[in-house]
Amino acid sequence: MAMTQAARPKKKRTFGEWAKSRDGQKVFVMIAFMVIPLVLLFTFTYLPFAEMFGFSFYDMKYVGTRKFVGLKNYMKVFQRDDCFGALKLSLYYMVGSVVQLALALYLATILSFKVKGGSVFKGFMFFPYLINGIAIGFIFKFFYTRGFVFDTVLQWCGFQLDNLPYWLKDQRINNISLVGTSVWRYFGQNMVLFIGAIMSVDSELYEAAMLDGANRFQQFKYIILPSIKTIITLNVILSITGSLSAFEPPYVITDGANGTGTYFVVMHEIAHTQQKVGLASAMAIVLLIIILAVTILQKLFFKYVFKNAEDEDKNAAVKREKKLAKIAARKAGR
Amino acid sequence: MTILQKIGKYLLVFLKYFSLVFFSFVAVLPVVSCVITAFKTDTEYQQTNVMVLPESWLNFDNFILAFQKANMGRAFINSAIILVCVLIASTLIGTQLAYVLNRFKFPGNGIIRNLFLFASQLPGVAMQIAVYEIMYKLGFINSLVGYIIMMCGTDIISIYIYIQFFENIDYSLDESGIMDGASYFTIFYKILLPLLKPAIVTSCILKGVGTYNEYYSANLYLQDKKNLPTVATSLYTFVGPLGSKYNLICAGVIISLLPALIVFITCQKQIYSGLTAGAVKG
Repeated sequence: MAMTQAARPKKKRTFGEWAKSRDGQKVFVMIAFMVIPLVLLFTFTYLPFAEMFGFSFYDMKYVGTRKFVGLKNYMKVFQRDDCFGALKLSLYYMVGSVVQLALALYLATILSFKVKGGSVFKGFMFFPYLINGIAIGFIFKFFYTRGFVFDTVLQWCGFQLDNLPYWLKDQRINNISLVGTSVWRYFGQNMVLFIGAIMSVDSELYEAAMLDGANRFQQFKYIILPSIKTIITLNVILSITGSLSAFEPPYVITDGANGTGTYFVVMHEIAHTQQKVGLASAMAIVLLIIILAVTILQKLFFKYVFKNAEDEDKNAAVKREKKLAKIAARKAGR
Repeated sequence: MTILQKIGKYLLVFLKYFSLVFFSFVAVLPVVSCVITAFKTDTEYQQTNVMVLPESWLNFDNFILAFQKANMGRAFINSAIILVCVLIASTLIGTQLAYVLNRFKFPGNGIIRNLFLFASQLPGVAMQIAVYEIMYKLGFINSLVGYIIMMCGTDIISIYIYIQFFENIDYSLDESGIMDGASYFTIFYKILLPLLKPAIVTSCILKGVGTYNEYYSANLYLQDKKNLPTVATSLYTFVGPLGSKYNLICAGVIISLLPALIVFITCQKQIYSGLTAGAVKG
């Protein structure tokens, strides 16, 4: 017995030895470096996520007794006008984000060619992205006030004040006004992303195209567009899910008044003002499921589109090589 | 070149600059109108149109009054404390996590990456319903420390920037460290962390602007507006009775966005490249 016990450590390392070895150190460093981020991730994301799922089956406030109500909260979400009906407003934000992406792409294309003062224009258009949400709320409350900035500028353009609507009160127009602020804030950021993507295209391709006599539009269609397809797709997906969860413009500018309350604004109000935590949780879960479904559908859709596009890309690559070969031949000829 | 082509060419150039000038104007107009109004006295503000320039560009009364009314001195101190703590903590946490995820192969590596990715897809406003409950249980309501800890935990883009950067650092550096008998801690802190500096600067600027501008959770968890305002939430002072004194409000707004403007002017390049790097991967 005594022999075997003494012999053991030779074959199998003790914990202390193992800890000093490379393998042991590796495990230690992994645990030491990952424990904090994972604890934070679970405490502030996955634990609340699980709790929220639980809340959605209860009639409850943050403090006090809770009553199990089964699926009643979910039924309410679909029955109450102010809940599910608010999703209709997302359409405004979807249209807005399409406008925003198109505008960003247009400006990014212009700025990626040689432009005098390009970085100044870029800076002006990007800066709104860096303004904090509450400041934006005040800026646009002021901007849209009757007879103030927007009305004055429109009067300069020849409009009569009497013919202009109340931008934030008139229910026919106020959602569009709010979407406008969102476009204003994010088009510069989208533009910077697109410029980054366009710049990563090999500049020889442009030279080749120029030499071949391709005009700007052709350059855009055959060189720029194919090479930034991925980032455009990504942004389209993000903007559609983003418009389902539109929150900030109505929250900071109108506080959801006059029919501008989007789904999340209503949810915020129900959760934190009315303290109907169960119902708000159910709303959140319903929207998360919708967003997840929409994202998966879009990914499948774009996968299908890309499958076709990849064949085109192969041809495009061959064409590019031919063009490059042409230039090389010309240069050699000189 | 025919005349028609020439005209077409000039038209294109005109269109190009017209679009740039027009959209730049649209982008700055709301902010510029605020600047104009912030310099007006009360009577000026009431009697002149908002787009009429102020009599004096040296009238700083509104700025001083807004600064005092909104308790912005306190707000700047709080925001500075939050910024410093969040940036140091999240840089350490983020680089360490990226180091492990990039350098070590272990079962669960992919799962952890996906857990972070999925977390970033969840809309924050919805999550706060239940995060509030957790913050409440932890006693983190009206606690600067609690708010800082929460802000450290919600980060994905910088992790991506760091992982990308680690991919470009040659593994032979680690190996030579291992040969010399350095521990993994030494390799990380002495060899790799200094090399990460550009990535750290980029992600700190992005995270810094984000943290400085954060107002939703700050409003929810730092309810004691007297002692715990941040620069963003201090602007809530102007909701209510002061709600129509726009010369005062505009001054407050301008003060609150000055730091962001300064960072933007000095660090444009890092902001652009950081955004692009984060977006391509994310």
